[in-house]
Amino acid sequence: MSDDWPLFEVFIRARSGLEHKHVGSVHAADARMAIEHARDVYTRRQEGVSIWVVRSSEITASDPEEAEALFEPARDKVYRHPTFYAIPDEVKNL
Amino acid sequence: MTSTLPAQARFRYVLRLADTSLVLGQRLGEWVGHAPALEEDLALANIALDLIGQARLLLAYAGEIEGRGRDEDALAFLRDAPQFCNVSLAEQPNGGFGRTIVRQFLLDAWQLELYEALAGSADARLAEIAAKALKETRYHLRFSAGWLVRLGDGTAESHARVSQALAALWRFTEELLTPDALDEQMAAAGVAPPLATLRPRWEGRVAEVLEEATLKRPEAARHPWHGKRGVHTEHLGHMLAEMQHLPRTYPGARW
Repeated sequence: MSDDWPLFEVFIRARSGLEHKHVGSVHAADARMAIEHARDVYTRRQEGVSIWVVRSSEITASDPEEAEALFEPARDKVYRHPTFYAIPDEVKNL
Repeated sequence: MTSTLPAQARFRYVLRLADTSLVLGQRLGEWVGHAPALEEDLALANIALDLIGQARLLLAYAGEIEGRGRDEDALAFLRDAPQFCNVSLAEQPNGGFGRTIVRQFLLDAWQLELYEALAGSADARLAEIAAKALKETRYHLRFSAGWLVRLGDGTAESHARVSQALAALWRFTEELLTPDALDEQMAAAGVAPPLATLRPRWEGRVAEVLEEATLKRPEAARHPWHGKRGVHTEHLGHMLAEMQHLPRTYPGARW
């Protein structure tokens, strides 16, 4: 039966204030059923307070073939990391 | 108020609630490894565990009321069918997935009304257990009503299967709503709701979901079965034989 059902990606918020994190996927006939399946599969041990589901087919992913074009240009721009600033001794929390 | 009730009556009443959850939980447990999809397997097992959890709390309480040293395990595993007080609908075999859903829906809708009322019981311990069970039951009903609508309003095949199951199980619903002397005694003491007040609420809720599921309420006559008085259909004994086999063969066995 589940072969006929589309795949949904599941995102769980562990606690109020935290972001939803991807935890896995479930098969379901529609979004309502996907929420129920996610609840039964991924929150059995009190892992969450909120669930998002989204059809996997609705997710647009970057193409691995384009990885060089997309990510390589950032490699030689280490100055974008804020590690070149002298931090005054007086600053405790940064 | 509850202290004026004979302990034996309170014991019997709590057993009715406990056994209905226990037997239904055991039935759902039979699906583990056999459900149509992995996700449904987990869903049914989760509901089974909720029900067995309710049964444990209720059986422990019943044992305390009885005061003869029987704990939840002794009550679950060392009683025979005629001593079980579950409503007859709970013990009906799983059949196909659709039939299990119909049985579950009819009982979820009933347990929801019952626990809602019991949460205000004059018996504080019962009220506490009901309040906890109520949250679980709301989810159970969401699950079973959702599936009933999907199957009823699904394909011609799924519609036919749940219609058939509904017709076959409908006769067992009269017992849920027909009070006997014990129900009346509990209602009079404020421990339990009068079943007459549950009937219109249950019927209204069931009618609503059946309509959405494009299912007709069966014409079939309902019959007052007496599972809650210990008079069971032939199915309970077979189920108990499997459920009780291990603790009876190896008394005191531990993991």
